[in-house]
Amino acid sequence: MPLTEKEIKELSQHARQLRKDILDVTFWAGGAHVGGSLSMVEMLVLLYYKYLNIDPKNPSMADRDRFVLSKGHAGAGLAPLLARRGYFDFELIKSFNKFKSPFGMHLDKHKVTGLDASTGSLGHGLPMAVGLALGARRQSMAWRTWCLLGDGECNEGSVWEAAMAAAHYRVTNLVTLIDRNRFMVDGGTEQVMALEPFADKWRSFGFAVKEANGHSFAELSAAFDAAIAEASAPTVIIAHTVKGKGVDFMENDVRWHYGGLDSDMLEKAKRRIDA
Amino acid sequence: MAEGLTWNVYDANTMTQADIYGEVLCKLGETNERIVGLSADLARSTKIGVFAARYPDRFFNAGIAEQNMFGMAAGLALSGLTPFVSTMAAFTTMRAAEQVRTDICYQNLDVKIIATHGGISFGQAGTTHHCTEDIAIMRSMANMTVIVPADGIECANAVVACLERPGPVYIRIGRGFEQACYSSDDYGFTIGKAVEITAGSDITLICCGITVLQAKEAARLLHESDGLSVRVINMHTIKPLDTEVILKAIAETRRIITFEDHNVYGGLGSAVSEVIAESGRACAFSRVGIPDCYSIVGYPEDLYNFYGLDTDGIVKKVREVMKRDFEEEENWEDGF
Repeated sequence: MPLTEKEIKELSQHARQLRKDILDVTFWAGGAHVGGSLSMVEMLVLLYYKYLNIDPKNPSMADRDRFVLSKGHAGAGLAPLLARRGYFDFELIKSFNKFKSPFGMHLDKHKVTGLDASTGSLGHGLPMAVGLALGARRQSMAWRTWCLLGDGECNEGSVWEAAMAAAHYRVTNLVTLIDRNRFMVDGGTEQVMALEPFADKWRSFGFAVKEANGHSFAELSAAFDAAIAEASAPTVIIAHTVKGKGVDFMENDVRWHYGGLDSDMLEKAKRRIDA
Repeated sequence: MAEGLTWNVYDANTMTQADIYGEVLCKLGETNERIVGLSADLARSTKIGVFAARYPDRFFNAGIAEQNMFGMAAGLALSGLTPFVSTMAAFTTMRAAEQVRTDICYQNLDVKIIATHGGISFGQAGTTHHCTEDIAIMRSMANMTVIVPADGIECANAVVACLERPGPVYIRIGRGFEQACYSSDDYGFTIGKAVEITAGSDITLICCGITVLQAKEAARLLHESDGLSVRVINMHTIKPLDTEVILKAIAETRRIITFEDHNVYGGLGSAVSEVIAESGRACAFSRVGIPDCYSIVGYPEDLYNFYGLDTDGIVKKVREVMKRDFEEEENWEDGF
């Protein structure tokens, strides 16, 4: 079902809020994976406000949909969204990265309410998501597993081991999302370790491949719907995004993979989001 | 010298004590619907294939992809199931070490790992397929329980017991051809509680895995030939370690030797030595295992002999330690 104008407007407001929250977390934490958090905003907002069957008041609801943030370094993007969605008090995030805080840059499910898996080390999320999807099927549960990977993360062999298994076991109750922002720590993905032809790689592994502008709710929503309807193969959605999206001085600049902000920069960055 | 063994991977399923593991798992699976099995193209060799044949819908072969397999096991556990994972010890604890640590132990998930071909039990396969590091690696992972059964019956006991223990459990067995140490399964197996195989007051041998049976035999020989009273302890659980039994041995026998099919660094010997060192009490102590080298090729029986882990080696080592007349040295009495 296509999104209405009203829904898109509301989702856009949530996205703007999350972007500003990410900048605040980056400021409070003294540094965060800000670029890759900003690039995945629309995907997370669409999932958490529209697609995931969840109840923040009952975080361990048995039939909830599961979400695995395989690019676990983007915890600064997920934590504020979970708070805004009502899993815990937003004020708690002010301790991000601080001594004994429940929030480190890679989120721990034992400490952060609303997480389905602890992630951080790259290449681990998709194998766990395949296991979750198989577990749902084995127990005849209707919930769906969503897994968001970074594109650079797809250098890891375990991603392709999991892709092989997902196709072999036809886990159609799993949707894989890729934040294709084309940057990793050391530079552009095509310079450090080329991924292209990326879509063809997934196709050859037996996936139904959808591509979308990762900042367009309409395109993402169409891709999500198509993935849910896909009944013969696991689906991957390659979402083309901009690293640092929304903050002009961060966009497509590899230096903002991880960075810190002083109060002047914070205000300047927030003004860009509102512009 | 050992005679050449004549089995192959296809008829191994009909021969060994480790079959007991497969059968026990099948039996547990009858009443426990949560149990699922995984292997990485080694279902036959690891005996989990018996479970796979009985419950095809509850078994997942990950192919030769151990990292993904342990990640999948974590996901299955997150969904509420209890995965039993079996592949060779080397690939469990080294190829997929980070997945075992980060996906399973860090999240404290109910994944039971029965790793086979531990130590030098796959002697002919050579060093790549030996695994003399796993106990050290696994016992350094928080939340992990580490069990090294002495034989197939103890493996079966461990498999039953691990279901009652929430969280990750690592059970390390050999190739599945361990000779029987126990004649029945009702000797009181409890995770974390060592078993006294023979009583003795002169020296204590603390063993795990295949060395338990060898030490039991050595104790009998030493009693007959040397008149020695040798205590043999089966330390089947390396973590959590039964420290009481070690402290008791220090006090009562003053001499301890550990025997294990593992590098002398980091395994049973290290674990026991930590307890001795922290006890503040004097004790003649020696570790026997693979002496920090890459193990050589050969039939397991020959290798156990070569590394001093068979009955002959144990007898020799006990005589050597008994010759350390530390009681005649000054100041050895420390007041107990």
